[in-house]
Amino acid sequence: MATTTAVTTEPTRLAGGSLPRWATPVLLAVSVAGALVLNVTTGVSGWFGTTIVAGLILLTIQSIWSFRVEGRRHAVDRLATTLVYSTFIAAIVPLVSVIITVLAKGLAVMSWEFLTRSMRNISPRAEGGGLGHAIVGTLEQVGIAAAFAVPIGILAAVYLVEYGRGALKRWISFFVDVMTGIPSIVAGLFIFTAFVLGLGLERSGFAAALALAILMLPVIIRTTEEMLKIVPNDLREASYALGVPKWRTVIRVVLPTALAGIVTGAMLAVARVAGETAPLLLTTFLTQSYNYNPFQGPQASLPLFVWDQITSGTPASVARAWGGALVLITIVMFFYITAKLLAARFAPKG
Amino acid sequence: MSKSVEMKDVDIFYGDFKAVADVSLKVEKNAVTAFIGPSGCGKSTVLRTINRMHEVIPGARVNGRVELDGEDIYGSGVDPVNVRRTIGMVFQRPNPFPTMSIAENVLAGVRLAGQRMSKSDQETVVEESLRGANLWEEVKDRLDRPGSSLSGGQQQRLCIARAIAIKPQVLLMDEPCSALDPISTLAIEDLIRELVEQYTIVIVTHNMQQAGRVSDTTAFFNLAGVGQPGRLVEMGPTDQIFTNPTQQATEDYISGRFG
Amino acid sequence: MAETQGTTSAISGASVRKGDRVFRGVSRGAGIMVLVIMAAIAAFLVWRSIPSLTSNTANFFTTESWNPDGSPPAFGIAALAFGTLVSAFIAMVLAVPVGIGIALFISLYAERRLATTLAFITDLLAAVPSIIFGLWGLEVLLTGSEGIQVWLDDYLSWTIIFNNTLDLFGKSLFLASIVLAIMILPTVAAVSREVIMQVPLGHKEAALALGATRWEMVRMAVFPFAKPGMISAAMLGLGRALGETIAVALILSAVFTINVHLTEPGGNTFAANIALKWNEAGTRGLSALIASGLVLFVLTLSVNMIARWIIARRAEFSGAN
Repeated sequence: MATTTAVTTEPTRLAGGSLPRWATPVLLAVSVAGALVLNVTTGVSGWFGTTIVAGLILLTIQSIWSFRVEGRRHAVDRLATTLVYSTFIAAIVPLVSVIITVLAKGLAVMSWEFLTRSMRNISPRAEGGGLGHAIVGTLEQVGIAAAFAVPIGILAAVYLVEYGRGALKRWISFFVDVMTGIPSIVAGLFIFTAFVLGLGLERSGFAAALALAILMLPVIIRTTEEMLKIVPNDLREASYALGVPKWRTVIRVVLPTALAGIVTGAMLAVARVAGETAPLLLTTFLTQSYNYNPFQGPQASLPLFVWDQITSGTPASVARAWGGALVLITIVMFFYITAKLLAARFAPKG
Repeated sequence: MSKSVEMKDVDIFYGDFKAVADVSLKVEKNAVTAFIGPSGCGKSTVLRTINRMHEVIPGARVNGRVELDGEDIYGSGVDPVNVRRTIGMVFQRPNPFPTMSIAENVLAGVRLAGQRMSKSDQETVVEESLRGANLWEEVKDRLDRPGSSLSGGQQQRLCIARAIAIKPQVLLMDEPCSALDPISTLAIEDLIRELVEQYTIVIVTHNMQQAGRVSDTTAFFNLAGVGQPGRLVEMGPTDQIFTNPTQQATEDYISGRFG
Repeated sequence: MAETQGTTSAISGASVRKGDRVFRGVSRGAGIMVLVIMAAIAAFLVWRSIPSLTSNTANFFTTESWNPDGSPPAFGIAALAFGTLVSAFIAMVLAVPVGIGIALFISLYAERRLATTLAFITDLLAAVPSIIFGLWGLEVLLTGSEGIQVWLDDYLSWTIIFNNTLDLFGKSLFLASIVLAIMILPTVAAVSREVIMQVPLGHKEAALALGATRWEMVRMAVFPFAKPGMISAAMLGLGRALGETIAVALILSAVFTINVHLTEPGGNTFAANIALKWNEAGTRGLSALIASGLVLFVLTLSVNMIARWIIARRAEFSGAN
């Protein structure tokens, strides 16, 4: 048998070199400076390019320095750590940029008038006008969508958790997941072909609401399902032991217990569809005036408003588009953040 | 080749909470030292300070000195990665890497050092380590089967083989048998008595009979009260601790009045 | 307690009570609705695609131009398929490493509070409506990425795809890919995060106890275990990118040619094309757009089904363990 020195047995030194604490900030500063210098000398421009150059400089110097002081393994580890940390930036920068841009450009056109007037009699080139009609449309369309999606979604979730078993349950569950991946435009196409072409429904806010409902449904089913699963079985059994039938138990005991979570899920679904444009393009016509009737005639909505204004292209329209974007993102974020806060607050110990 | 471990005035914290206070003890080389005590007394925590695994938990820290043959492993300039290479650990639940074969598992730690090893050197290491863990005969024909295809007791011996493959100076074992059946447990206890000829071994166990069977020295840890940090109450030759302890708390624990 | 008559075990669901039967039936109906909807989508899309497909004088799959309302009607999805697949693929290539990096950062690298903040921020990114990404892409990213597109042309034009023969940089497939990448980033990150969190603590500890650095621990214990999940995350991201409509529609000016120079302006995807051509299309035109929508549906369906299947298989496997 070979000797026991097949593996290196030089006694492992406990001590290892390591980069000083001030290494990282100094490296950062040097890299940024270096990138700026290169900017000037080679004409590589743009904040995007400069950042990348700075990053490359940082990684190179750090890796070489670490390799010499700390050894190969730690140099690789540091490289990985730096790269992982930098992805943090990749997530923050776009979000911050989007928010700042929308705020800056949207606030410029924001006013009470903007929020309450419609675009009636306002030509694309003209200033003024507002998106009041679009807000009404969005609220109605999303409201109707929720009226369909929430009950059906909750019932389907109840089936999956309380009654479902076997192949049917597995297939339904599988397709709920698949359904979350349906492109929103396909939902619009479906409603158009089935209801508008098929059943003669006219293109209206209602048709749009149906398309949105399809997009909301899987979200509601999934979140409700999770909430129902968290309800402890002891609760159900206590109810059965008192002679309460299963259906009453679900309605009177299980659902109320999961209520906060269900509401959260519904709000997340609302946040998701309130900003959808594609299905609206296919199922409604945009109007520039107020239309409070979602069942008849063209109806505006926030996403369509923004789309219409931005594609008009005139400076006044583009400005209005940003105003619409601000209102839209405010509504979406309101629902989204409230839902998340609610979820955190009422989080079950699970 | 094996070393002694000495702890001096060690306090162990989770964030601001002091979990263990004022531990000073010496672990002799080439001996088995057992840490016993009721649950929550901090014996595993103390064990994990020896190979600097405790600080992996966010916010966890250690004050005091822990010396390996006189060298403080918490000294400035000491690389925890090197410490963990020198001091091996076997955990309560066997944890072979599921996507690696048996041979790859054994070599996992060895390969970290990055040196290119020739095929035959690798095979030598695998065989040596598996023999050292009393597992060779059972698996020599299926070295490329996944590590998770073994029984619980075998998996734990595989983890031991993996740990000794890198030739550590000290071997730490955190309740290595508590997830195993009695027969596997005895197999591992026999193995420990063999391994001690080459390694210094520290074993945490909640099973007093096991401590009695396997260890040369025993350290008894206890909590002074609810919310209080754990402390080392008494330490001495195993025979003496079990038949003639000097502290009342030790006596109470041994005789089963609590814990 | 007279209600107990006629009850068998309510818990096992074998109830004969009427209320239960009704309720169970209704809830099952709601569940079946999901299947019905999926089937109906396929059915209706097929039904309404047929008119244009049967009257098409050109090869649906290989023709680049789009003229379904013309006489004779001739249209094909070649250019659309190219734009869709290329932009989605590039978006995936850009988003997956970053998304996995974010997932690693949140689960293993960042300290607690920073991690929750970043998780929150990444999720917020997911909530931004796509039309706003479109607006932002036009406003900010257009100028911001011009530099990089120029650089790619200057230094990497030998790769053909980055070669820009027009010296016109801007609203290109490449820009669309970058916006798509940002949009699918949260999806990839969230799913990856989930699988990384599922890696059992024992494996990570085992690696560290052998003297691994953090990155070595990730390579040894995390990646092998999380690999199927991360592949699934990538595919889910891809699926989303394939179906994205409005952001792309705003950025690309619809061109019906296959252009491998990705930094040159123009390009088209299934979804963007439908959005842009919808209101001006005639009957055949609508039918043709629906046909392209059918292709998109099948495409995203397949990608999503494969992704979900991978996760499902993994769940079984680790359940057995």
